[in-house]
Amino acid sequence: MASGPKGDANPVPATAADGGGDDVLLRVENVVKYFPLKGAPFREKEYVHAVDGVSLSVPRGQTFGVVGETGCGKSTLARCIARLHDVTSGRIVFDGQDITRFSPRRMRPLRREIQMIFQDPIGSLNPRRRVGSIIGDPYAIHGLAAGAERKRRVQELMERVGLNPEHYNRFPAEFSGGQRQRIGVARALAFRPKLIICDEPVSALDVSIQAQVINLLADLQAEFGLTYVFIAHDLSVVRHVSTSIAVMYLGKITEIAPSDELFTVPRHPYTGALLSAVPVPDPDLSDQRQQIILAGDVPSPIAPPSGCRFHPRCPKAAPVCVAEDPTLEPRLGDGPEHPAACHLPMAEGENLAEFRPSIAAEERVEEVEGSLLPDGAGPGATDTAGALPARREGGQP
Amino acid sequence: MALLEVEDLQVSFNTADGVVQAVRGVSYHIDAGQTLGIVGESGSGKSVSTQTIMGLTKGARISGRAVFQGEDLLTAGPDQMRAIRGAKIGMIFQDPLSSLHPYYKVGWQIVEMIRLHDHDISKDQATQRAVELLRLVGIPQPDRRVNDYPHQFSGGMRQRAMIAMAMALNPALLIADEPTTALDVTVQAQVLRVIRRMQEMFGTAVILITHDLGVIAEVVDEVLVMYGGKVMERADRRTVFYASHHPYTEGLLQSMPAYGGERERLRPIAGQPPSLLRPPPGCPFAPRCVYVMDKCQTMPALDPVGTEPGHLSACWLPHNPADREAIRRRVAHVELAKSAGSTGA
Repeated sequence: MASGPKGDANPVPATAADGGGDDVLLRVENVVKYFPLKGAPFREKEYVHAVDGVSLSVPRGQTFGVVGETGCGKSTLARCIARLHDVTSGRIVFDGQDITRFSPRRMRPLRREIQMIFQDPIGSLNPRRRVGSIIGDPYAIHGLAAGAERKRRVQELMERVGLNPEHYNRFPAEFSGGQRQRIGVARALAFRPKLIICDEPVSALDVSIQAQVINLLADLQAEFGLTYVFIAHDLSVVRHVSTSIAVMYLGKITEIAPSDELFTVPRHPYTGALLSAVPVPDPDLSDQRQQIILAGDVPSPIAPPSGCRFHPRCPKAAPVCVAEDPTLEPRLGDGPEHPAACHLPMAEGENLAEFRPSIAAEERVEEVEGSLLPDGAGPGATDTAGALPARREGGQP
Repeated sequence: MALLEVEDLQVSFNTADGVVQAVRGVSYHIDAGQTLGIVGESGSGKSVSTQTIMGLTKGARISGRAVFQGEDLLTAGPDQMRAIRGAKIGMIFQDPLSSLHPYYKVGWQIVEMIRLHDHDISKDQATQRAVELLRLVGIPQPDRRVNDYPHQFSGGMRQRAMIAMAMALNPALLIADEPTTALDVTVQAQVLRVIRRMQEMFGTAVILITHDLGVIAEVVDEVLVMYGGKVMERADRRTVFYASHHPYTEGLLQSMPAYGGERERLRPIAGQPPSLLRPPPGCPFAPRCVYVMDKCQTMPALDPVGTEPGHLSACWLPHNPADREAIRRRVAHVELAKSAGSTGA
């Protein structure tokens, strides 16, 4: 349970031979998860490629962040790690044990050590049960403490996460959003787990409450030597809590880096575009920087693009990006802790807005002529003023 | 003259638990072509206040005035409101899927909207304009996509279609209620750019309601900070971020993780937002405020503070940092003594 050495993160799986050394708690190796779609007879079966060959390793006592947009597979990955989904292929090694094919019975003792906290604190709490019994569930399920002993332990937990132990008999509806998330944290803590997977734990909370929960998670980590996998779409929150961060796009990891490095020297153009899109709560900074507006939407995970999956929207895309899927490896002299899956990685301080893709038009997401989106109002933009009628003045309809 | 002038707006709802006082005396104005950001947390009254102006809060008890182009929207009849809604004031909501009818084609919905207000336009002309609008907001192949149903659009495209519809009649004011909250950051960037460019091109005034201070920093001219159904502070964008006066604004800014630089421990605002069933007397923020004084039992007026013109704050605190710090220390000292007393007992 003691927190491991806080050395450099080494998110790249080294060799399979080292079998989960002391400093690595969780190792994910080439994990693939496809969900079958309901197909018609005589038609080829289709799959949603939710997670498509993800490898990473999480050192003990650290926080490993995963960011990405809707549908990038980050939540599916979390569920695969917690063995809530069976993986299609690949290995999950937890604390030196390969748990990929563990039966439910063999998983049972491990369930105490791997816990999850979910985004929606209302949806993950049964509204008709009292909070004391919800938090006491893990003890009941594993038959570890009963009666007065269970109540004492639950109240201890409630106190630890900042809830009033006297509220033992209240219902979830009587708590605010932030307090409900604390209930979820208390439940996850019941067995002093080794790994907590936090899936968007603060996304549903207001800013001032969000900060309370983030601080609580940090305190608990320091106190119990917890390891977190922290999944969120809010980059500034992930950066704040994580030691290193993996960026996902359409089921694949595009880049992994120590958190500060990811923000200062992003290598993958998707990381660059993502970072530039985050609104900065600082007017001067926000006026200075140049935003990269990506064209179009994320393609369908049913038939993902060939080669690098980001190529249809990438400003740097070249023919090699269409032909070959880049491997996740250190680029441009980066250390092993900073791999990126890109044929044409960004140099430090490079401006993505200066690039134009050099691939055939049909390989790209089309830009809409005459729209307001692209940089620099072109000739099309001035014509469009005629699209709207003259404004009608006056009070009467 | 201001385009929209809201004076002492009060809105309350009867619920099973009692009367919820959602908006408690809100006054503000917005000029033509301006962008006003309204920022606040859940239950601050930011959405209810604008929905009331648009006549969308059924069954509420409303008082006050909301004068738009010389006409009080709160006393206008249903026919008058119908002529204003959509044509002179456009609206976009958080969830574009539930604002578009799933049964009708996107283009048809825009066309209907145009023809409802503009009786002289032919169906073909209206369709042509709908295509043009979709092109403007960056929908690929607009002449084809105009015949798609909402479910065939992605989330970002739906929100852009909503903007196209809201802008179809070139309204003088656009109310955007959390327009990007349900969207991913890269899509949010697309949508915000469309709103901003539309505004530059057509001179539309925009009220942007959001909880995201990053969005505020990026797009608005002036900011209204709301809490507990009241306006806490109003200032231009830079003043709010660099020289705010109200402790709530200060707390909100401090509780966000810094974008760059050192990762320090976050400084959240302690406690919970007040219940609007029984709002505390005086300043609603007083129970969570680190500067709380005896005077806070009475609500201060929204008065000018500092040196920036137009900077208003509803707080008794002096603007001078040294005096503020002295008050904060005194409060912390009293709190410490209190908690020591309670553990000793």
